[in-house]
Amino acid sequence: MKRLFLIEYEKLRANRSSRILIGAYFLLLTSIALIAAIKFDIGPIKFHLAEQGIFNFPYIWHFNAFIGAFFKIFLAVVIVSMTANEYSNKTIKQNLIDGLSKREFLHSKWIMVIFFAGISTLFIFVVSLILGLIYSNYNEISIIVQDLEYLLAYFIKLVAFFAFCLFLGTAIKRSAFALGFLGIWQMFEGICYGLLSWKSPQWLEAEAIYRLFPLNAMSNLLAEPFSRLSAVRNLAEQVGEQMNNNTQVQFLDILIVLVWCSIFYLLTYRLLKRRDL
Amino acid sequence: MSTILTVTDLTKKFGSLTAVNKLSFSIEKGNVYGILGPNGSGKSTTLGMILNVVNPSTGSFSWFGGEHNTHQALKRVGAIIERPNFYPYMTAEQNLRLVCRIKEVPREKIEEKLVLVDLADRKYDKFKTYSLGMKQRLAIASALLNDPEILILDEPTNGLDPQGIAQVRKIIFKIAAQGTTILLASHLLDEVEKVCSHVLVLQKGTQIYFGPVTALTTDHGYFELNATDQTALMDELKGNKEIKEIEQRGALVIAYPKVAISVAEISKALTSKGIVLTHLAKKHKSLEEQFLTLTKKNKA
Repeated sequence: MKRLFLIEYEKLRANRSSRILIGAYFLLLTSIALIAAIKFDIGPIKFHLAEQGIFNFPYIWHFNAFIGAFFKIFLAVVIVSMTANEYSNKTIKQNLIDGLSKREFLHSKWIMVIFFAGISTLFIFVVSLILGLIYSNYNEISIIVQDLEYLLAYFIKLVAFFAFCLFLGTAIKRSAFALGFLGIWQMFEGICYGLLSWKSPQWLEAEAIYRLFPLNAMSNLLAEPFSRLSAVRNLAEQVGEQMNNNTQVQFLDILIVLVWCSIFYLLTYRLLKRRDL
Repeated sequence: MSTILTVTDLTKKFGSLTAVNKLSFSIEKGNVYGILGPNGSGKSTTLGMILNVVNPSTGSFSWFGGEHNTHQALKRVGAIIERPNFYPYMTAEQNLRLVCRIKEVPREKIEEKLVLVDLADRKYDKFKTYSLGMKQRLAIASALLNDPEILILDEPTNGLDPQGIAQVRKIIFKIAAQGTTILLASHLLDEVEKVCSHVLVLQKGTQIYFGPVTALTTDHGYFELNATDQTALMDELKGNKEIKEIEQRGALVIAYPKVAISVAEISKALTSKGIVLTHLAKKHKSLEEQFLTLTKKNKA
């Protein structure tokens, strides 16, 4: 386990573009804190975003996890290229000849995926905790530890997304094409949803099927947090709109995403196993 | 003698093409083996299979008597396949460190092996800045990191300039002299002839010879002759029951004996018939000629 981690770590550490991307990623995660600095002070209108309750416990867990998840594409590029480059440099062949098994090779990549997801989650946790302690109106422990399942959802979302990238990198063997395919897949899911809701007699049915699609399932894990803000709610009520979206983490979504994780793992392994190098 | 590798009926099919057809051979410790065959005869595919990168269609192989699974066994093997494959953005030293981690050997060996292949002064340079000859030498250093029980080399001098070829060859000789078992695939026959004790000859994926080089090259040799009266010489040789075949090659007459005849014997026999020889030499077929006869025979 430690050996596999170190193998992958050394490969990444020496790669300058990976280092830059990873650095940029964590910088951006930290930049969530900058939201606190958003302040308008135009005569009678005084607006300080940090005081709108977005940094209140436990809401902050949801808000920061949701925002943080946008930056995952940076690590996705790193993961796709660390897989695809093994093929273009043919180093995967050399790794196997040197005595790494195909399973160990896959595991070293997966350990990195889980490591990235774990570090990101830890990072979001620490950033949120600090911001919350500074700006939150409620600082009681019992309130702080509420809703931590958003962080779990964030973690699972990242693992699944990176696992998908790992699979694409392995299957397509070219970083740029794999990332392009990721975009195409996103569109494909959208088109499928369109077709489903058009063709199926019941809208709920389409919704149920669409829920199973991998990227959509990942995005369902963390519902948008904005409708929970009282400011947004008030605004919606004023225009006569009822907002009763469920913004909780759904167990079913976690389950669907975990199934996708296993599917990606198995498919990647099967590809590695069957392919001649 | 202990067996390093046993291969049984190993076969690889790519669609309808059979790249390797039912190979069976075994490799014993301490010998130097050559795999001979023209391009596309299945040498690299065979090595790919025993090195865990190509899945065999049927048949099997086992390393070190099958006591470990393949990837564990490969930690005791050193191998270079075709082109040297390293991380271009890493230095030689970083690349070798990674290999040490994979093979689970201590890093102390790195310096020693880099000195052996004459790259110690370039170890902090990135792999992508290396010339092909240097890349190939780094690959050899990497293959030697674990002091392997067997070294597998696939066309190690391919694409190198004469100086590079000489350097790589020198290293191979050095390693062979230390008693390391070597399996060398090449289509360059003199390369194999110079270092190998045993050969496996492949043609279109089929094994046409496996055994010691000496058994392949030691026949009764042949004589190169010339005489003042060449017609008389040829008539005399044709009449000799111990001569299988004669032919004319340039100004010389070539005679293939059926049995072992010494130079003295043939000289005496011819002189006694009044033939004055101007040239007489006993020659052995080179591996190249043997190889060509062997592959020709199999084509027919």
